[in-house]
Amino acid sequence: MLFPDTPAVWSVAQLSRYLKELLETDEVGREVWVRGEISGCKTYASGHCYFTLKDAEAQLLCVFFKHARQRTAAPELRDGLAIAAGGRISFYERDGKLQLYVEQVELLGEGALYLRFEQLKARLAAEGLFEAERKRPLPPAPQVVGIVTSLQAAALRDMLRVLRTRYPLARVVLAPTLVQGAEAPAAIVRALDLLNEHGEAEVIIVARGGGSIEELWAFNEEIVARAIARSRIPVISGVGHETDVTIADFVADLRASTPTAAATAAVPNLADWRAALQERRQELALLLDDFLLRYREDLERAERELARQSPRSRLERLQQQLDGISETLQSEMQHTLVVQRERLKGTALRLHSLSPLLTLARGFAVVRRAEDQRLVTSIQQVQLGERLDIQVADGRISARVDRQ
Amino acid sequence: MEGLPTLSYEDAYEKLEQTVAALQDGHLSLEEALAYYEEGMKLARYCHTLLEKAELRVQQLRVTDEGELEIEPLDLA
Repeated sequence: MLFPDTPAVWSVAQLSRYLKELLETDEVGREVWVRGEISGCKTYASGHCYFTLKDAEAQLLCVFFKHARQRTAAPELRDGLAIAAGGRISFYERDGKLQLYVEQVELLGEGALYLRFEQLKARLAAEGLFEAERKRPLPPAPQVVGIVTSLQAAALRDMLRVLRTRYPLARVVLAPTLVQGAEAPAAIVRALDLLNEHGEAEVIIVARGGGSIEELWAFNEEIVARAIARSRIPVISGVGHETDVTIADFVADLRASTPTAAATAAVPNLADWRAALQERRQELALLLDDFLLRYREDLERAERELARQSPRSRLERLQQQLDGISETLQSEMQHTLVVQRERLKGTALRLHSLSPLLTLARGFAVVRRAEDQRLVTSIQQVQLGERLDIQVADGRISARVDRQ
Repeated sequence: MEGLPTLSYEDAYEKLEQTVAALQDGHLSLEEALAYYEEGMKLARYCHTLLEKAELRVQQLRVTDEGELEIEPLDLA
């Protein structure tokens, strides 16, 4: 008997209180971790979350109060999530419900994996492992391609087919590995290190076909991420299907969505090279044609030049020059004569206009002393009775000074 | 043409581009132009042959018991 003074017929309240105390003092009831799947999850405006934790055979009502959720930074809860909930059992008398009062929640299964993924991703990103500057350029035409994948997988056959079609000039060096399971991460790391040690590969493809998050998990492991980061040879990741993203994809120098896409990205397409080769051949032929044409033209020009320089043609040229000059000479002469004649005419006219005879014709006379024929231009130059010669237009008059 | 059998595709193609460039430059005598043309065509034929005859080689790396790296041809069943 746990409690003294218990009645023979209990009231509901009494029994409820009893059960509550029973549970709250019990060792397991005080602190227990329970795992199961969430269903009927409902969060109220108050911030309190109510859900049922169930498994194949039973179910348990749970309540996760806001303050506990915030205190433990609990992950978001939703139906279907597999969790482990830690807390205490009690009996809610009002509703007659046995409940787990949840203090903490941990994700299990896929949920746990997603959490680990996010945490590792955040940590490596903070270290700068995903930085764009870290990513190395891929060689445009690698002669040796390294592949890290499973020997049995279809992914390998698919990649070899792509490489054979696109770029058979390459040589493939395979470092086989496990791609899932507990030993896979270490095996992938070993394969990467092996290819780096061998050193001939110019690019490495790390690949695995599609699968669940658990099956792809090896490519989310930290050691694999670090092996890709420290690889001296650039790495292309081709893991899973288009929508699968792993940590390896973030660290790799190039992420391809699938193994086939990775092989396509690793090598150029020979079809393009054939086309370029054809263009070069055509260019060569055209250039040579150009050259020959130019040489022929040069030759013809030289021939013409030669013909121009022959003695006969020089003579003809000189003759022509001579004719040209005489013609010029003649016309020049003509021109000069005309000019001179005109000048003469002009001068004669001017002379005529200045002639003293014209002045005489207007009525003026030229007076001279008869004795010495000196011109008289002033009354001082004559004396009374002196004889003068007066020249008028049509002759001379002899005269004597009468009066001054 | 010396050393042609061992020339990689890239190296041969690059030499081909160089002969084209030389011819484009134009400052060549007729003799030189003809020589470059011939060399260019030889290189083009060589490249073409490489492409036609290429076969993907596949090898596998492994570590021997003595810890040495070994490489051998891979035969996928």
